[in-house]
Amino acid sequence: MNPADTAQFSTDLAVTMPEVALAVGAMLLLLIGVFAEKRTTLVTWGCVLVLAVVAVLVATTSEGTVLAFGGTMIVDPFARFAKLLVLAGSGAAMLMSIDYLKDEKLTRFEYPLLVALATLGMLTMISANDLIVLYVGLELQSLALYVLASFARDNQRSTEAGLKYFVLGALSSGMLLYGASLVYGFTGTTTFPGIAQVITEDGVATGTMIGLVFVLAGLAFKVSAVPFHMWTPDVYEGSPTPVTAFFAAAPKIAAMALFLRVVFGPFAGAEPQWMQIVVFLSIASMILGALAAIGQSNIKRLMAYSSIGHMGYALIGFAAGSEQGVAGVLIYLVIYMITTIGAFICLLIMRRNGKAVENVEDLAGLSQHDKTTAYLFAIILFSLAGIPPLAGFFGKWFVFLAAIDAKLYYLAIIGFITSVVGAFYYLRIIKVMFFDKPAAPFEKPLGNVNAALLAGSGAFVALFVVLPMPLVDAASAAAKSLFP
Amino acid sequence: MTGLLSLITFFPLLGVAIILLFARTGKQGDQLARQTTLFATLVTFALALYAWATFDETKAGFQFIEDFAWMGGTIRYHLGVDGISLPFIILTAFLMPLCILASWTSIETRVKEYMIAFLVLETLMIGVFAALDIVLFYIFFEGGLIPMFLIIGIWGGARRVYASFKFFLYTLLGSVLMLVAIMAMYMTAGTTDIVALMAYEFPISMQYLLFLAFFASFAVKMPMWPVHTWLPDAHVEAPTAGSVILAGILLKMGGYGFLRFSLPMFPDASVYFAPMIFGLSVIAIVYTSLVALMQEDIKKLIAYSSVAHMGFVTMGLFALNRQGVDGAVYQMISHGFISSALFLCVGVIYDRMHTREIKAYGGLVNRMPIFAAVFMVFTMGNVGLPGTSGFVGEFLTLVGAYKANTTVAIIATLGVILSAAYALWLYRRVVFGELEKKSLAGIEDMNLREIVVLGPLVAATLFFGFYTKPIFDMTSTAVQATLDGIDGKLKTAEAEPAP
Repeated sequence: MNPADTAQFSTDLAVTMPEVALAVGAMLLLLIGVFAEKRTTLVTWGCVLVLAVVAVLVATTSEGTVLAFGGTMIVDPFARFAKLLVLAGSGAAMLMSIDYLKDEKLTRFEYPLLVALATLGMLTMISANDLIVLYVGLELQSLALYVLASFARDNQRSTEAGLKYFVLGALSSGMLLYGASLVYGFTGTTTFPGIAQVITEDGVATGTMIGLVFVLAGLAFKVSAVPFHMWTPDVYEGSPTPVTAFFAAAPKIAAMALFLRVVFGPFAGAEPQWMQIVVFLSIASMILGALAAIGQSNIKRLMAYSSIGHMGYALIGFAAGSEQGVAGVLIYLVIYMITTIGAFICLLIMRRNGKAVENVEDLAGLSQHDKTTAYLFAIILFSLAGIPPLAGFFGKWFVFLAAIDAKLYYLAIIGFITSVVGAFYYLRIIKVMFFDKPAAPFEKPLGNVNAALLAGSGAFVALFVVLPMPLVDAASAAAKSLFP
Repeated sequence: MTGLLSLITFFPLLGVAIILLFARTGKQGDQLARQTTLFATLVTFALALYAWATFDETKAGFQFIEDFAWMGGTIRYHLGVDGISLPFIILTAFLMPLCILASWTSIETRVKEYMIAFLVLETLMIGVFAALDIVLFYIFFEGGLIPMFLIIGIWGGARRVYASFKFFLYTLLGSVLMLVAIMAMYMTAGTTDIVALMAYEFPISMQYLLFLAFFASFAVKMPMWPVHTWLPDAHVEAPTAGSVILAGILLKMGGYGFLRFSLPMFPDASVYFAPMIFGLSVIAIVYTSLVALMQEDIKKLIAYSSVAHMGFVTMGLFALNRQGVDGAVYQMISHGFISSALFLCVGVIYDRMHTREIKAYGGLVNRMPIFAAVFMVFTMGNVGLPGTSGFVGEFLTLVGAYKANTTVAIIATLGVILSAAYALWLYRRVVFGELEKKSLAGIEDMNLREIVVLGPLVAATLFFGFYTKPIFDMTSTAVQATLDGIDGKLKTAEAEPAP
C-alpha cells in the first residue's frame, strides 16, 4: 500500500468511525458475554454505553457532507440525523428488555448484541451511497432481526414469527437485489451519483424503471407499506414485546431514511415514475392501517396495523417531493418513534400469573390500579391519533402541510379521514382503560428503567407543543442536505 | 398589563400543578382538589373581569396583544381579544366556578381527575377565544375534545361510552376538514395570522371550498341540523357540569368560529351559501322544537331546545346586518346563562331522585318552592319572554333575518311559539300539579350551595334582560368593524347591487 492510499484509508476510517466503533464494541461485548455468561445485564448496559459513545461519535466526527471508501458511503446531516434517531430507538429497546427478559426467563446476552449488530446494519444502510453497500447494510440488519423475532425459541408463536419473517424477508431481499441488478445493467454503475447522472442525461430506460419498481418493492417491505405489509401483524404478535418495540422503532426509521435517500438521490430524475408508486403505497397503507386495526383484539396486532398506517402518513411527505416534505417525514419519524416506544413500554406492564397477556380487554381498569401508567398511555394514544396539542398532531401537520403545498389535496383529505377512523381504535383502548369495569390488577408495576423511559416519552409527547422549533430546525437542516 | 391573556388562559393549569403535587389519595386529597379548583377558577374569573374593566370599548381591533415566535414561519404564539371574543372569555370564566360548585358533592369517584379535566378544559376553551393565530386556535379548539371525552366517558350515565365516542368522532371528522382548509389558506395567503387573514382576499372559487370545510367543523360544533345528533346523546350522558360546559361554551365555539372566520374571511361564499344556512337554521328551529316537544327525558328536551336556539344564532349571523349579528352574539351569551342554568336545575333534581324522566316528577312546587321559582325564571328565559336575556337575542336575530329574508323570519317566528309550548309544558309536568308520586314525598328544596350556584345565573338572566348596555357596549365596535370589513371585501355586491 502506498502512503497516499494509507492516508486515504485512514480518512475513510475516520469518517466511518461510528460504524467501526459499534462493530468493535459489539464484538468485545460478545467476548465478555461468552466468558461471563451470567452477567447479561452487564452486557446490556455495556451495549447501551457503546450506543451512547457511537451517538457522540456520529455527532462529532465529521461535518457537512463527506464521502468515504471511494464514494460508496456518505455521511451528511441527513445521515447523522437518522443515525442518532436509530441509536436512540435501539438503546431504548435494549433498556426496556431487561425486566421483560428476566420475567420470561429469556435472559441471554445475545439479545443486546443482536440489537447492536442490527443497529450496525441500519447505520450502514443510512450511509449507503451505492447499491452494494445498501444491500450489505440491509442484510446485516435483516439477519439480526430474523433471529430476534424468534428469540423466545421455545415459544411456538415466536419461532413462527421468525420463520415467517425470514421467508418473506428473503423474498423481498431477492426482489431488491434483482431490481438493483437491473438498475446496474441499464445504467452501468452502482453508485448513487452515477445512477442519478445517467438518469438525468439519458432519461429513464425501461429496464431502469423495472429495476426501480423492484427496489422500491423491497424497501416497501422493510417499512411494511401495503401491499408488502403481510408479515407485520404476525411478526409483531409473535415476537417478544421488547423485540416488537424495537421492530416498530429502529428498523422502520432506518428503512425510511434509506427509502428517502434512494428516491431523492439516484432516482431523483425519475420522480414522476416513483411518485405514483409512493402515492399508492401511502394511500393503501393509510386505509388498511385504519380499517384493519378496528377488528383486532390482540393489542400487539393492533399496534402492527397502527404502525402500517403511520408509515402511510410518513409516505405522504415523500409524495410532496420537496425539501419541506422530507423535513416533515423526519419530524414525523422522530415523534412516531418516541411515541411508539412509550406505547410498547405500557404493554410491558400487562402481566398476570407470570405470563404476558395481550388482549385489549386485559387493560380494563388500569386507570384505577395504576393511574400514572394509564394516563401516560392515554396521552400517548391520543398523540398517535393525532389530537392536538400532543406531539402526534404536529407530525401530521408537517407532512400534510407539505402535501397541500404540492397541491396533493386528495392525499391530505384521505389522510385526515383515515386518521379519524384510526382515532376510533385508539379511543377503544382508552375506553377499556378508563370506562370499563376494572379487571384484576396486573402483577407488578413497571420497573424503574421502564418507568423512566415512559415518563420521558410522555413528557415529550405532552410538551412538544411548548418548544417545537429545535426539532423542526434540525429536521429542516437534515432535509436540506438531500437536495444539494 | 401585558401577559394578562396568557395569565387568564393558563392560570387554571397552576391549579392542575397544585393538585398533582399536593393532593394525596383519600377524602382529604379530594377536598383539597375541590378547593384548589374552585380557587383557581375564581381567580381566573376575577382576572377576566379585570380584563373587561381595562378593555377599551371604543377601539376597534384587538387588545392585550401578545406575540411571540413559536412554530417557525409565520405561525406564532399570538393572543388578543376584541369585543367579540372577550364576552366569551368572561362567560367561560363565569360558568367554571359554578360548574365546580355544582359538582361539589355529586362527583364522588376520581375527584382529583375530574377537577384536573375541568381545569385543563378551561384553559383550552379560553385559549380558543384568545388565539389570534389560526393554528393556535385549532390546537385549542381540538384539544378540548380530550378532557370532554374523558368527562363524558368516566363520569357519565349509562350509555356514556356510546355518547363519548359519538361526540369525539363527529367533532373530529368535522375538524379535520377545517384543518385541510387552514393548511390551504396558509399556503395561499402565506400567513396563519387571523388579523392578516381577515384582510386577505381569497379568490372566489377557493372561498367556496374553504367555506364548506370550515362549515363542516362549525356546523357540527354548533350544532346545526342535520349534524346535531351527537348533542342529545352527549348532553344526556354527561354529568351535570359537563352538560353545562357543553351547552354554555362548547356550542358557542361554532358560532364564534362563523363570526371570526367564515364571515370575514370568505364573505362572498358566505353570501352565496346564506340561503342554505337560512334553510338549515329554520329547519333546526322548527323541526328540533317539535322533536323537543316529544321528549320524555328532561335533559334531552333541553338539548333539543339548545339546537333550536342555536338555529337563531346562525340565522342572525348570516343575515349579515347589524341587528342580526348583534342579536346572534347576544343570543349566544344569553343561552350560555339560560341553558347552563337549566342543566343545573336538572342536576338539582337528578341528584335527589337519580332519574331524568319527566314522568317521575310532578308537583315539585309543593315541596320545593325555591326550586320552582328559579326553574321558572329559566323556563321563561328559554321561551324568550321579554325581561329575560333570552328575549333580546331572539328578537334581534328575527329583526335581522326579517331585513335579509322575510320568509325565513316568518317561519322562524313559529319557533318562538313552539319553544313556549315545550318549555311551559315541561314546567307544567315537572313542577305543577299535585305531589302524587310517593318517591317525591321526602324531596328537599335547594340547599345553600345550590342557591349560590344558581343565584348568579338568575341575576345575570334578569339583569341582561332589562339592561343590555354592558354587553352591547363591549361588542358593538367589533361587530361593526367586522361587518364593515365584510362589506369592503364583498366582490359580488358590486356586480349586483342590493335592492
